[in-house]
Amino acid sequence: MTLYIFYFLSFLAVLSAFMVVYSKNPVHSVLYLIVTFFSIAGHYILLNAQFLAAVHIIVYAGAIMVLFLYVIMMFNLNKEAEPHKDAYIKLAATIAGGIFMIVLIGSLKGVEHIENLNTPNQSAGLIKNLGNVLYRDYMLPFEMASILFLSAMVGAVFLGKNELK
Amino acid sequence: MVSGYLIYKAIIVVIVFLVGLGIAAYSTYAERKVAAFLQDRLGPNKAGPYGLLQPIADGVKMFMKEEIIPDVSNKFLFILGPSIAMLTACMTGAVIPWSTPLVINGVSYPLQITDINIGILYVFGVVSIGVYGIMIGGWASNNKFSLLGALRASAQMISYEIAMGLSIIALVMLTGTISLQEIAAQQSGWHWNVFYQPLGFIIFITCAFAECNRTPFDLPECETELVGGYHTEYSSMKLGFYLFAEYINMFISAAIISTLYFGGYNMPLIGRFVTDPNILSILGLVFFFGKIFFFIFFFMWIRWTVPRFRYDQLMHLGWRIFIPLSILNIVLTGLGILVFNK
Repeated sequence: MTLYIFYFLSFLAVLSAFMVVYSKNPVHSVLYLIVTFFSIAGHYILLNAQFLAAVHIIVYAGAIMVLFLYVIMMFNLNKEAEPHKDAYIKLAATIAGGIFMIVLIGSLKGVEHIENLNTPNQSAGLIKNLGNVLYRDYMLPFEMASILFLSAMVGAVFLGKNELK
Repeated sequence: MVSGYLIYKAIIVVIVFLVGLGIAAYSTYAERKVAAFLQDRLGPNKAGPYGLLQPIADGVKMFMKEEIIPDVSNKFLFILGPSIAMLTACMTGAVIPWSTPLVINGVSYPLQITDINIGILYVFGVVSIGVYGIMIGGWASNNKFSLLGALRASAQMISYEIAMGLSIIALVMLTGTISLQEIAAQQSGWHWNVFYQPLGFIIFITCAFAECNRTPFDLPECETELVGGYHTEYSSMKLGFYLFAEYINMFISAAIISTLYFGGYNMPLIGRFVTDPNILSILGLVFFFGKIFFFIFFFMWIRWTVPRFRYDQLMHLGWRIFIPLSILNIVLTGLGILVFNK
């Protein structure tokens, strides 16, 4: 049962991820991206990481993608308004994408050897264990990440204020 | 045993669904009656005794109306919009603890569809998806007014979700759990969270108004500026679904406010008079619905008392007043926990 759900979710995730790239209309792209996020959240639930799944939905699908959609709707982007890139940029994009794919394949190549080294803890994703791990074992990196976020927020607010004047 | 469990869950899902729809339908009636009462009118009184059949008449009217799908719009997304609005409105009821479990023949039947350990986060997730119904519908209508309404709705909901989440964080700090069942169970007697979190409660209920698009925050469908807002192009039952989803959301918000801040199914002193757990459970259900109805009435009361905000005032209130206030609330709660060692 779980295996079939896994296959279905993976299929959905990959399919909608492709559709993000292929669909002509930017609004459709964003909607497909939302579907992708939902199928990834489904994977988290399969791994018994409910907290991660909920936060993933709230933050990505619920907040970030709404802002994406907001911006795209506001500028009303469509096919006619899409700027045409010249051939050099397309070539550069193709090369960069190809290199990125090689990197991905290279990093995934050795993955079958480490697969069974650590059996996943079934309750690791529950909120209590996650809190304990984050605030006990990984306290410093966690706080560093928060400071990074804080500085990003301050920067965003500053930029927004500058725009007003 | 497993199939019995599934059947029981299926029954309770259907009951919660039907009760939600029924209450939402009669909320429309109640809204008109409350409006009439506050404005010294009679309200609907022709269909049936005291106008009680009015919601059914409205429903039939909605179904019978001509269905118009604008030619230039994206048909799939146009239909998807109200569907998402309705779906997310109905999904939230799954985690609300309606009462303590009923025990029949030694088997415990919890009056809650599911007690997942991320209760509040689930509600937040579903609420945050709800905005897509409005956005997709508004965009797919291919109408400037609809689009503006949709943009307003999304900006408003995103802004108020932050303050809402921060006010919940203070509550979670106090209760130490995010399961709604446990939060409700902790508030037995007079330990209602509203006494420990008055500021958080005010922030939460205001944000609930904004999330439900209720007056004074119903800018997304402001008639004077936007014709009908995001549902300008909608007709027939699709419009009905949008309007209906709002009433279901109101019911669910009332239920969540009662659970989080007003003790849920708990009622002080009741344990002294009744000891049988099953009767207590039924009474808890009654009290819970009493609280829910009070908050639905409160929603309507505010609607017919407070005029609509201006949009910049709304954003100012959300970002510059409520978010700092809710952060202050978190700090105060932390201090309180430290000092009183609760």
